[in-house]
Amino acid sequence: MPASFPQYVTEAITGPLPDPPGVKLAKEGLKAKHPVVFVPGIVTGGLELWEGHHCAEGLFRKRLWGGTFGEIYKRPLCWAEHMSLDNETGLDPPGIRIRPVSGLVAADYFAPGYFVWAVLIANLARIGYEEKNMYMAAYDWRISFQNTEVRDQTLSTIKSNIELMVATSGGKKVVVIPHSMGVLYFLHFMKWVEAPAPMGGGGGSDWCAEHIKAVMNIGGPFLGVPKSVAGLLSAEARDIAVARGMAPGFLDMDVFGLQTLQHVMRMTRTWDSTMSMIPKGGDTIWGGLDWSPEEGYECSPKKQSNNNSETGGQNGFGNLGNATQVHYGRMISFGKGVAELHSSKLERVDFRGAMKGNHLANATCHDVWNEYHDMGVEGVKAVADFKVYTAGSVLDLLHFVAPKMMKRGGAHFSYGIADDLDDEKYEHYKYWSNPLETKLPNAPDMEILSMYGVGIPTERAYVYEFSPTPECFTPFRIDTSAEAGYEGTCLKGGVFSVDGDETVPTLSAGFMSAKGWRGKTRFNPSGIRTYIREYNHAPPANLLEGRGTQSGAHVDIMGNFALIEDILRVAAGATGQDLGGDRVYSDIFKWSERINLKL
Amino acid sequence: MASILRFRKLCILVPVNPISAVEQVSEKPQVKKNKRQPKQWRCIDKYCWMIGYICTTWWLILFSFNCLTANLPGLKVPEPPGARLRREGLTALHPVVLVPGIVTGGLELWEGKPCSEGLFRKRLWGGNFAEILKRPLCLLEHLSLDNETGLDPPGIRVRAVAGLVAADYFAPGYFVWANLIENLAKIGYEGKNMFMAAYDWRLSFQNTEIRDQTLSRLKSQIELMYLTNGRKKVVVVPHSMGVIYFLHFLKWVEAPPPMGGGGGPDWCNKHVKAIMNIGPAFLGVPKAVGSLLSAESKDVAFLRAMAPGLFSSKTLGLQTLEHAMRVGRTWDSVISLLPKGGETIWGNLDWSPEEGHVCDSLKKRQLQASASDDKGNNNDSRRAFHVKELTKYGRIVSFGKNASELPSSQFSPLVFKVASVDHGSSTNSAGVSCGKVWTEYNEMSHDSIRRVAENKAYTAETVMDLLRLVAPKLMQRAEAQFSHGIAENLDDPKYNHYKYWSNPLETKLPNAPDMEIYCLYGAGLPTERSYVYKLTPPDRCKSIPFQIDGSADGSNSCLKGGVYFGDGDESVPVLSGGFMCAKGWRGRTRFNPSGIATYIREYHHKAPRSLLEGRGLESGSHVAIMGNVAFIEDVLRVAAGASGAGLGGDKVYSDIMRMSERIDIRL
Repeated sequence: MPASFPQYVTEAITGPLPDPPGVKLAKEGLKAKHPVVFVPGIVTGGLELWEGHHCAEGLFRKRLWGGTFGEIYKRPLCWAEHMSLDNETGLDPPGIRIRPVSGLVAADYFAPGYFVWAVLIANLARIGYEEKNMYMAAYDWRISFQNTEVRDQTLSTIKSNIELMVATSGGKKVVVIPHSMGVLYFLHFMKWVEAPAPMGGGGGSDWCAEHIKAVMNIGGPFLGVPKSVAGLLSAEARDIAVARGMAPGFLDMDVFGLQTLQHVMRMTRTWDSTMSMIPKGGDTIWGGLDWSPEEGYECSPKKQSNNNSETGGQNGFGNLGNATQVHYGRMISFGKGVAELHSSKLERVDFRGAMKGNHLANATCHDVWNEYHDMGVEGVKAVADFKVYTAGSVLDLLHFVAPKMMKRGGAHFSYGIADDLDDEKYEHYKYWSNPLETKLPNAPDMEILSMYGVGIPTERAYVYEFSPTPECFTPFRIDTSAEAGYEGTCLKGGVFSVDGDETVPTLSAGFMSAKGWRGKTRFNPSGIRTYIREYNHAPPANLLEGRGTQSGAHVDIMGNFALIEDILRVAAGATGQDLGGDRVYSDIFKWSERINLKL
Repeated sequence: MASILRFRKLCILVPVNPISAVEQVSEKPQVKKNKRQPKQWRCIDKYCWMIGYICTTWWLILFSFNCLTANLPGLKVPEPPGARLRREGLTALHPVVLVPGIVTGGLELWEGKPCSEGLFRKRLWGGNFAEILKRPLCLLEHLSLDNETGLDPPGIRVRAVAGLVAADYFAPGYFVWANLIENLAKIGYEGKNMFMAAYDWRLSFQNTEIRDQTLSRLKSQIELMYLTNGRKKVVVVPHSMGVIYFLHFLKWVEAPPPMGGGGGPDWCNKHVKAIMNIGPAFLGVPKAVGSLLSAESKDVAFLRAMAPGLFSSKTLGLQTLEHAMRVGRTWDSVISLLPKGGETIWGNLDWSPEEGHVCDSLKKRQLQASASDDKGNNNDSRRAFHVKELTKYGRIVSFGKNASELPSSQFSPLVFKVASVDHGSSTNSAGVSCGKVWTEYNEMSHDSIRRVAENKAYTAETVMDLLRLVAPKLMQRAEAQFSHGIAENLDDPKYNHYKYWSNPLETKLPNAPDMEIYCLYGAGLPTERSYVYKLTPPDRCKSIPFQIDGSADGSNSCLKGGVYFGDGDESVPVLSGGFMCAKGWRGRTRFNPSGIATYIREYHHKAPRSLLEGRGLESGSHVAIMGNVAFIEDVLRVAAGASGAGLGGDKVYSDIMRMSERIDIRL
């Protein structure tokens, strides 16, 4: 009897499935060599309850985040209350302690059957890895990076574990594999560990050189993601902040009733970490009113190759003649017309001095707190009157719309570009997670790989409308009716998309490795070698593959056989050069060229 | 027809209103017959009603269970100690390290044979054991270790589960550490200051370091917690075998590399505040002898007790015990639990420290006086023989009930060593047609088996010889890892070897005068202390030649089903749990040169009063003690900064102090 009947049938039809990379490479003779550290991203790590209010009785050490999410359905308000952090400090509210799950189980599966790290772990185990040389650096992804150390001593724990693994494996350096926001977290860690105590870990200036062989960033939002702006502004993006995207359907309207968005927004706005992913580098990186690095990108690249590609409405006859230039630099525009207008025709009214006040009527909105209520009608209108926001002015917008949150975030994150990296102020931890404001550690033997999927339309800029009766709704919403009138356009449902892995645009994931850190630059003084490994998205060939063995999507890429093979080879001792150096499908080098940044 | 109808109506209506129903029926049966045709299927209704009743009752019971328990004071589950102590103002201070014992830790699969497909990173041990029931032989194969090296067999990697989940619950609903963890959390503990030192409990202690670097990991974790919690020393809470595992760790960490961890001579003093040993098996447990000899004891090793039905004959066919034995004999760690200290501690043919223990609690009160009378005059105890026969606990294994009671003068001298000669000349008659189960007994000839039995009685010392004969491979492997003697001269350089580290009688405690050692254990439960064996009637498919003589019952209630019981916590006798704290380490002794303070805290067993209490809030049994309220309170107080004196010093119910007195050991 075959082990699984569907597998038997499929194999009878299409021939045997390819060996998983672990099996293949084990046959080649690869063996576990370097210890491996996983750094999970935002949202994917499990969180469990250690202390709660009465409504959470019986949930001690049960997962509130990750797992089945059963509690959300049973007691949604209680759940939202526990998942929120203190609005002033960004730490635990009194009487509630939610802590990250530790160990490999923290992020192997996000929900039953929805793997995150599990496939990679299984393949590593095939070549001899086990718990002692694999470590999941789980952290509370809701709080700011430095606060994970202040509250949980997570950074110290990671440092101690890496040192232990290096010592017990006979001096073999570790291979670090951060995913998504974990990339920024680990960037923060590398600065923290070499910085002197008390702010840093006091590991000395050659800690990274002595302990890290390679950092293999998967889908790293080095320069932030435009999605997070939409998430913070209106708790929506095409899929409510990042959260909805990860757990489809679980934040539906019927759970929280009408006020879903406000509840989710109130909850996510207490999470400092979401602010780590606001686009960094301002107009220099993300483009101005009339200019953007991705200019000229065609949204139907697959039309010639694959007629029934899953990109749906976007394929077909991408008529070049019709395509007007997309102004990706305009991250947020109010109205579709505005998004396409030439900049000289824009009439903008500065909102920054606008009066707030005239409290909106919120009697009917129960107790849903929302900073929009403080802003008043005038404030909302002023925001809309400014019409177009670029990556730089989006920051001002957020400061205006959510002053408390941005004030908290401003103490932990920074979004600029450093003029002089030797300035003393850059020793502060708030700059550590911004690759444009820090120097890489002095570790010439280390390697940095940027691995990410391409070929999937990714949110890059938004068309907004503002709701006339903002009583129980957030006053701004994505104008889902904004569609370009022709096929092959990048505008769909109020969202301009560009190449990427569905969450992180290629620009954000690849720029640092393609240009910012390539060779000896001021961001990379010791000349750490960087490699770009892109994985072109191909939808699953048959149902059996589940989420695909060649997927390039932000999370599904963790099951991509080519990516797993790369990781296994590096873990078994290969260098980036052995893998074949860069592997590029997108226009990342062309786009990086266009960015005018002092190196 | 009418009579049938009437009968039917009767049966339906009687319960409701018998009189009126009968009247109704007798008055006009004919009319109704036509009018109420639907009544024909009223019997079906009956079933519907019945189902309705059942559901309603079920619902009512559920309802009352939920309401009443919360409201009625009598039924109310008392407040957990954590919540109470928190109101007193206790908060988390010292980081806590939990060291699980044998069997209770989960094991998961990392690499296996084809038969275990789909079990990657699933628990083979612990959890719900569903897989064991599905494919028992495959799983037993994976749980076995290599018979030569005591490490992984080729192609199989089974590893300890890490983290608090490793041993919080052993099986669903069967808590081990969960209760303690929850109460610690109530006063502010969480992942960062609580650590479960999970290890592969099948391996010998030093091998956990060689294969998994578990000891290094524990050292690094303790150092980390010490640093990140404001340089607060840790409180270690080992349980059962974890106690001797941690003893091994204490020596390992201060020993120089490569054999040790190189922490330096003041590592323990700097990092450890207190060791709160729960149900400590310091001097071993007699149970281990029973499980090695015949894979049975009152509850087949610990395995059967822990997972009832697991090794029942249904799943494994006829040869349950053989299978269990074959797997169990590849586990080096079992050897660490053999009785240590030989006859000095456990008694010889005629003498034992527990002498005079009265098993029946009812008798106990009557005999209290007489017991203290003839304490001194054992020799002419014939006088009191009809009142109380002294149990000869020192004879850990005796063949036949008589042999367990005879005075020693009637024994022939030990001719035992001769028997081991003809070990090679095995006449392998059994086992050919019995499938693949092979045990080392198959290699023994009938002669040597008989001669083993002729020797009649074995003490803690000679029983080691017996085991060497019976399980040569295991003993050879394991005796390189463990030692069971008493040191003459502790400064002898040979005691620097790791095999002595887990034996408290062959090591010095570290130089850590500020440390405290607690012995916390249950008392008041009958605990296996020695066994009456018999030869198994020859059977082609039962290759284990000995079995406990279940028919041996004593007039003296200490003997039941072939097992002599003493005081203890159901697994560990009081003697093993308490002696080191009561005498061996008390004050400044040669085993405790720096004078580390020791405290004994006994918890007298009380059976749960109501069903709601589950396994009891005042239980003293080996594992259930982890839910004992008094015990949890003690641990919490120490973790929050109290010292042993602060708890109230010793708390003793058993005779441990007197027993220890009787043991003649140079201190």
